[in-house]
Amino acid sequence: MPASRSPWLHPAAKPLLFVVCALPFAWLLYGAFADTLGPNPAEALIRGTGDWTLRFLCLTLAITPLRVMTKQPALARFRRMLGLYAFFYAVLHFLSYGWLDMGFDLDAIVRDIPKRPFALVGFLALLLMAPLAATSFNRAIKALGAKRWQWLHKLVYAVVLLGLLHFFWMRASKNNLAEVFVYAVVIALLLGWRIVHALGRKKAG
Amino acid sequence: MHFHPDRGFQHKAASEITPRDVYERRRELLKLIAVGGGSMALAAWAARDAQAQTARPNKLAALPATRSTIAGGVTMDKLTPYNDVISYNNFYEFGTGKGDPVQNAGKLKTRPWTVAVEGAVKKPKVYDLDELLKLAPMEERIYRLRCVEGWSMVIPWVGYSLSELIKRVEPTGNAKFVEFTTLADDKQMPYLGSHVLDWPYVEGLRLDEAMNPLTLMAFGLYGEVLPNQNGAPLRIAVPWKYGFKSGKSIVKIRFTEKQPNTSWNLAAAQEYGFYSNVNPKVDHPRWSQATERRIGEDGVFAKKRPTLMFNGYEPQVGQLYAGMNLVKNY
Repeated sequence: MPASRSPWLHPAAKPLLFVVCALPFAWLLYGAFADTLGPNPAEALIRGTGDWTLRFLCLTLAITPLRVMTKQPALARFRRMLGLYAFFYAVLHFLSYGWLDMGFDLDAIVRDIPKRPFALVGFLALLLMAPLAATSFNRAIKALGAKRWQWLHKLVYAVVLLGLLHFFWMRASKNNLAEVFVYAVVIALLLGWRIVHALGRKKAG
Repeated sequence: MHFHPDRGFQHKAASEITPRDVYERRRELLKLIAVGGGSMALAAWAARDAQAQTARPNKLAALPATRSTIAGGVTMDKLTPYNDVISYNNFYEFGTGKGDPVQNAGKLKTRPWTVAVEGAVKKPKVYDLDELLKLAPMEERIYRLRCVEGWSMVIPWVGYSLSELIKRVEPTGNAKFVEFTTLADDKQMPYLGSHVLDWPYVEGLRLDEAMNPLTLMAFGLYGEVLPNQNGAPLRIAVPWKYGFKSGKSIVKIRFTEKQPNTSWNLAAAQEYGFYSNVNPKVDHPRWSQATERRIGEDGVFAKKRPTLMFNGYEPQVGQLYAGMNLVKNY
């Protein structure tokens, strides 16, 4: 298929996606200042940014299966932006915790994170995202070599699983796991597809 | 852990408190005197105590009360706005989201309503709601409510000390604890099938805790009957304990010799002890309890405020726990 036929190659596609991905942030920011986030706006900000981190991680991981299943290789050009947005929302999530929950009290934060397994796991996920974000430009790929770069970016699997564990632990004590279950199913499908696909390729090869 | 000196938690003796509306009317009073309407204004000034109740939002039926005079019964903290009090609730029978109860509690039928008082008492009795409403004079109590999740509110409850009821049923020498059971009716409560907890919701207090004058049988808030999502038609309010100790929509009060098996203690004993006294020094396994976020008052970017021992009610209830290890008995 000639590349020009794919709507994903339209020059406006990327800027449009950029704006769409920023909308949740804009909405939360507006809510914080217009006081439309409900009786506990700080909690709404922390939860909202956390939710969007998980969602963007899922979207990033959905690109490859979608690309292969729909035979639209052009979809790959959105993966980097989605991944960077996942990191962006993760940083906002951490900042809103650090600010709204801990009042930027660095001592308290340093003591708080290791004390609470779910916070530790979340923080670890954020740390693992940092090298991926830092090597997300083309020259980094060249500098690292495609093989090593790809190997490094497989960390995203660890990140999404840690993120899910973070969410699960946060909710586990109250047995309020319906939402966690939805993310678990989506992530299982996304990772399961990769396993099946890899096995299929091995057989075919 | 960060401790700060008392910030915004001071109690005054109730007799020292000038109701805000009276305070604000002083200026008006002086004006009136100045223009010659002094005698009428002075009569109103003299009658100020009768008007002590918090202004009503005019949403539900009125429940008149006079301001409580018991020690610690009226905190000076700014009230949490009515709309926050009625729309940010934990009442899992109506859903686990904070906004679920206000959406789903409309089906709850609060009349007719009876409360069975039974167990180790000389005079067990099934009370009708109307009987309970008339059992003792209604008082307005302004309590801080601290949720185990780390947020707090200031709520003007209407009710009377639970001890009023306890005295009437005459506990026997075997009565050491009091167990409260919440309604569990899947026709009215859509989330009973969710298995978040084993319903019905059961909570309990030691008898001396239940007899403390601060332990309130609440029938209303903000001068009106309780909204369903806040535990209509009657609930318990124990201001020095985390909010979940205060059962809502109570149908049974049972006096027992043994410590009751309470719902959250059964669900996660390591996180929710039987006592669950507010204690900034004893962290929840997954978060610090040293600070809290005051709903509706602090802006989104305000620093959380320090939590006080026994939620600031230590002068009133500290003696109940003298010599007890509060880390072990959390």
